[in-house]
Amino acid sequence: MDDLYRENLMDHYRHPRNHGTLEHPDCEAEGKNPLCGDEVELDVEVVDGRINAIRFTGNGCAVSQAATSMLTDLVQGLPVAEAAALPSQAIIDELGIPLSAMRVKCAVLGLGTLKVALHRGVGTPLPPEWGADDDEMVWG
Amino acid sequence: MTGATPQELDPTRIRADFPIFARQVHGQDLVYLDSASTSQKPQAMLDAMVGFYSTSNANVHRGVYTLGVESTDAYEAARDAVARLINAPSRREVVFTRNTTEALNLVAKTVGVERCGPGDVIVSTVLEHHANLVPWQVLAQATGATLRFLDVDDEGRLQLDELDAIAREGNVRIVAVTHQSNTLGVRPPVEELVRWARAQGALVVLDAAQTVPNRPVDVQALDVDFLAFSGHKTLAPTGIGVLWGREAILAETQPFLTGGEMIRSVALDRTSWNTLPWKFEAGTPAFAEAVGLHAAIDYLEAVGLDAIDAHEHAITEYALGRLDEVTGLRIVGPPDAAARGGVVSFVLDDVHPHDIAEILDRHAVCVRAGHHCTQPLMQRLGHAATVRASFYLYTTTAEIDRLIDGLHDVRRVMGV
Ligand SMILES: Cc1ncc(COP(=O)(O)O)c(C=O)c1O
Repeated sequence: MDDLYRENLMDHYRHPRNHGTLEHPDCEAEGKNPLCGDEVELDVEVVDGRINAIRFTGNGCAVSQAATSMLTDLVQGLPVAEAAALPSQAIIDELGIPLSAMRVKCAVLGLGTLKVALHRGVGTPLPPEWGADDDEMVWG
Repeated sequence: MTGATPQELDPTRIRADFPIFARQVHGQDLVYLDSASTSQKPQAMLDAMVGFYSTSNANVHRGVYTLGVESTDAYEAARDAVARLINAPSRREVVFTRNTTEALNLVAKTVGVERCGPGDVIVSTVLEHHANLVPWQVLAQATGATLRFLDVDDEGRLQLDELDAIAREGNVRIVAVTHQSNTLGVRPPVEELVRWARAQGALVVLDAAQTVPNRPVDVQALDVDFLAFSGHKTLAPTGIGVLWGREAILAETQPFLTGGEMIRSVALDRTSWNTLPWKFEAGTPAFAEAVGLHAAIDYLEAVGLDAIDAHEHAITEYALGRLDEVTGLRIVGPPDAAARGGVVSFVLDDVHPHDIAEILDRHAVCVRAGHHCTQPLMQRLGHAATVRASFYLYTTTAEIDRLIDGLHDVRRVMGV
């Protein structure tokens, strides 16, 4: 019955990868979903146009936190342009669980925060649907 | 309704009247603990609407033909049923709206705009649903009036000690308060607030969305000026709600929406308004939904609102006792069943309420997780979100037991 809370997800939730902060990040941002109180803060270090290090801290539901943990694994070492272009589906696939529309917001909070951080820090393009604060996602 | 001990209600028999309880979710019997959000519907209500559409459907207040007369009669009979339910002195005081939200907006955008200006004070509370908060915020911004909120203590009990200070700030025009918090279940001391408002010459607007469904509500005994509730929380369909307001006030207030139905005569350069209550009902009303509301009221009255209140109290007491057994669970709101209705909010260690609700769903247990449209209250109490279980006349102790089993599973899955 635990198809949502399967082991991989719970493992990332309980033991988040790349958890913490960086002393001198090149890119940083925080993302919040005020509707459910999920929060993520991301620090990224860029070397030679690639993500050399990434750390996050956060608070919220298992889906939002595990998805951000998986994301940090996924983008480690990627060229920033590639990381910034990562589609939501990449994270949803990574989670590998059925998600209702409401939970998709939780799943992509970390990804949105990463896109905002890279845009601010190294000027990667930010599609409008990720840039503007709407009533569900707020970037800080 | 008499003062006698209410006939005890048998929720198991009542459930047989609600077709949805035949349904299974994830292969298990449905446990519906979200009635504060919207109620389930009895077959009698569904039959009444199907019957109406099948035999009498025609627009109201227009047709001279038989069907039009029947539908008008049915619509207006629903108004009489509402007037009886809330003990309104007159049917002219019962205005049909879409829901509580529209009813409260109607008051803010008509009476509110006419009576508030700079130097005036509007009083509300941090307990309010956004529906009884945002309209007053907008009104204050539009008129230059000051909006003040009464605070609560850490368990959500309304504090009245600011009232004297507020009274010195200006002319208090409107006091808008909830009859019962939809998030915590607390029932604020409305009587005291009404006495204070009377002394200030202020109007009282009561949000009764959470109490009309489950206990006797008497607008004359309450001595308020406006009262709002939603059909969909009251066993009735969506799309219909009620604003009750004092005739003397409504009569001298300009209309809310304008158009058909609410007019007496229209010329190209001027229009005269219809009499009450139709002056406030622009356009084709939700007459089939009114028929449903009528059937729902008949159902509630047959069961007895005293009995429903007593049942909810007993279930809440049982639920609070059983929730207390769950390690790491903390009630948000008063920990006892006194002075509260059938709504319980809680958090469980640091497990996010959405995770709790999602795991409970796997057990076919429906609860609400989030801020429950009361963001200022959540902020005041220091929670981003809570889980809320709410009860009604069909809630059984067996359902509470399923909730508790589900919560133990939440602890297991989340590893707390
Ligand atoms: C106390 C309270 N007020 C107002 C509302 C708004 O009701 P509606 O959405 O039917 O307009 C609700 C419904 O959640 C409520 O519980």
